[in-house]
Amino acid sequence: MKSLVKHRLFWPSAALVTLLVVNVVANPNFAKITVRDGQLYGALIDILRQSAPLMLVALGMTLVIATRGIDLSVGAVMAVSGAVALTIIDSPSSNPNSWGTVLIAILVAVLVALVLGAWNGFLVSVLGIQPIIATLVLMLAGRGAALLITDGFITTVNSDPLSFIASGYLLILPFAFFVWLAFVIIVGVIERRTALGMLTEAVGINPEASRLAGVRSRGIIWTAYIASGTLAGIAGIIYAANIKAADANAAGYLIELYAILAVVLGGTSLMGGKFSIAGTVIGVLTVQALDSTILFLGVPPAQSPVFFAVVVILVVLVQAPRVHRWGRSVAARFRGSNRGGKDDPPLEPAQPQKEVVR
Amino acid sequence: MPADTDVPPLVEMRGITIAFPGVLALDHVDFFLRPGEVHSLMGENGAGKSTLIKALTGVYTIDSGSIHVAGDERSFETTADAQDAGISTVYQEVNLCANLSVGENVMLGHEPRGLAGIDWKAVHVEAAQHLASLGLDLDTRSTLSAHSIAIQQLVAIARAMVLDAKVLILDEPTSSLDRGEVEQLFSVIRDLRDKGVAILFVSHFLDQVYEISDRITVLRNGQLVGEHLIADLPRDALVTEMIGRELTDLAAIADAGDREIDRSGAPVLSAQGMGRKGVLEPADVSVYDGEVVGIAGLLGSGRTELVRLLYGADRADSGSLELDGEAARVHNPRQAMAQGMAFSSENRRAEGVVSDLTVAENMILGLQAQRGWLKPIPKAERDSIVSEYMTALGVRPSDPTIPIGNLSGGNQQKVLLARWLATAPELLILDEPTRGIDVGAKADIQRKVAELSEQGLSVIFISSELEEVLRLAQRVIVMRDRRQIGELDSSDVDLDGLIDYIANTQEGSVAK
Repeated sequence: MKSLVKHRLFWPSAALVTLLVVNVVANPNFAKITVRDGQLYGALIDILRQSAPLMLVALGMTLVIATRGIDLSVGAVMAVSGAVALTIIDSPSSNPNSWGTVLIAILVAVLVALVLGAWNGFLVSVLGIQPIIATLVLMLAGRGAALLITDGFITTVNSDPLSFIASGYLLILPFAFFVWLAFVIIVGVIERRTALGMLTEAVGINPEASRLAGVRSRGIIWTAYIASGTLAGIAGIIYAANIKAADANAAGYLIELYAILAVVLGGTSLMGGKFSIAGTVIGVLTVQALDSTILFLGVPPAQSPVFFAVVVILVVLVQAPRVHRWGRSVAARFRGSNRGGKDDPPLEPAQPQKEVVR
Repeated sequence: MPADTDVPPLVEMRGITIAFPGVLALDHVDFFLRPGEVHSLMGENGAGKSTLIKALTGVYTIDSGSIHVAGDERSFETTADAQDAGISTVYQEVNLCANLSVGENVMLGHEPRGLAGIDWKAVHVEAAQHLASLGLDLDTRSTLSAHSIAIQQLVAIARAMVLDAKVLILDEPTSSLDRGEVEQLFSVIRDLRDKGVAILFVSHFLDQVYEISDRITVLRNGQLVGEHLIADLPRDALVTEMIGRELTDLAAIADAGDREIDRSGAPVLSAQGMGRKGVLEPADVSVYDGEVVGIAGLLGSGRTELVRLLYGADRADSGSLELDGEAARVHNPRQAMAQGMAFSSENRRAEGVVSDLTVAENMILGLQAQRGWLKPIPKAERDSIVSEYMTALGVRPSDPTIPIGNLSGGNQQKVLLARWLATAPELLILDEPTRGIDVGAKADIQRKVAELSEQGLSVIFISSELEEVLRLAQRVIVMRDRRQIGELDSSDVDLDGLIDYIANTQEGSVAK
């Protein structure tokens, strides 16, 4: 039990489970899953489906944060990628309902996103520009570029293959869920089955020691930004597929902040170093569940940001080590005063407590 | 005008003890600072100088002992407490606001006020007066960062005077000053001393210490070695006190330094005129197969700078390098490693350990970096490397899965040694591998170095503990003031001879 509590994913998981339980208690329909045509539907299934864009972005953000960096441009990259893909599908010469067209569009869009990620990585790892500034450039310029690509309009398409990506089903679960699951596994395998994860952590924890130990920190940091850009590109396609439109202003709006939130909720420190992909998955599901909660409990739109903020503060507090210590010392005092009320001399229990505080 | 011992001390620190996890940084140290004296605090890295200063300035709280200032017992919880007691510090890195004006910096927090808030005119008038009392004529409206470090330090001292400091701590104030600037600083220091300010001076430049100090206190390994009037402590006695004589039983490796080295072949490494402007004057180094070359010199003598240039950790701007008799280029640590070099930095925490990673991960970091991320070290190989070095070096605790940050300094050092040995280097550069670690770990590390060099590994060994250098090395390069001042055969010189050489020898003269 004790080792379970000490596990780094214990508190993130506890926060997620608590959030889900609160929902179920408030409205038992939350946990209801119905089967239609052999496919599952329900609020929980929606969370799995809708979390795809944030999951992909947060996955890349985890790697970037592990190197002590941050990528603010992910939302803009999503906009660019969606614009590129839909412009190709929408072009007069192509057939929007052919899988070939859609696959080519996706490929080109993801390549563009990869290049944008590489640009960020170049600024950070080669030119040594602070990550927050380096990625701010693209955060601002990216949406402009996306608007240029769509000529300032919201490009809408009716493409069955594209819609399938966002709302189709594979077997009994949404296709989008399988997309993010696949990338979680791919990234997990690349990071943890090769030495990339460990070297990334080393660079994030102690860049100078890593340099002296011969670690190619430049390449490792660059890789993280490329991964972040690429994953944001895929997220942009899923987002566009979901609304069947490339909306340069709305696509991925503020998603960089939600992604950072999800990464931190998952237990990865913004100071860089040790990262947890499983933690990020839990963090994203928490954020997404919170989003659904707002809809499900019928919180009025005007109040939803405040509601969101309050819950985030609670979740962060639940995870804070200082709050844990405080909780323990309160518990110790409680036990102490109970005992003190009986036989023990009242001052004695205070003694070990002081040590806990130190 | 040396201060009189009869004057009652202004600052009395008695029995000061500060412990960090695994290390006793200060062990019942007494320190007395009298008004109207310049008192130098001497000691090698890890001796406890900066810990003592931090105890006096409220950065660290003391675990036991007492601090009296002007007769009153004080307990410093924060730096503000120390400032209230009249203690001001001027650091090597100036701790002022570079983007504010000189006058604003001098008067910060003590601005004269008029009816409409701060009276800026009066601020600059008063600031100018304070600066003038130090013999400085500056435009108080100029931005601080427009001035040299030397002037900035003088401004910091002026600020200390505004705070009505009775005690002024100068921590390495001269390290980035030129000769003229040092003179200017010293004349200000003498002035203040004559006005009755107690001055604590820390510098690793021996000449300056002897020029300015009235009294010297020496620390070593967290303990007080002695307090002396400057006239009673010749330089070689000071160096001896700083470095100490270690009486550990190391008989088994005592004769490593006398081993005959075959120098007929090409040296493993040969550097000619290796230098970098402002950092190190050109130096020559050669190391042969199975040889241990020691580098002796005090902290700041250029010994670390020299090996960093060899390893490519810093870029040399002069000199040429040959490895195994062939011209080579080493521009960065990766290239150095690829050519069989390994370098363990003196700064274990900042440049050695990767604290959140496990002991095992730290051990294989160098080897893994060499192979690249695509070729992870297979688990079986990794386990065998890790368990081999855990046993060979006696790492405690023997669990390789805990974060290295939880280990004591000595054990961290063993893990770092393992990291480098795992890369199978031809030349191992160890910069202060035994600093700040317990005696047992020191002996373990020395024994391993002696054993490996006997098997053919070439080693460059830097240590402040000259006995270690003499014990392990066949040849010793001596550095002082960022210059190579000579090279000795370790069998021709004993500890006293080496100390004398470091302290007194002029460039080019011959060892006794």
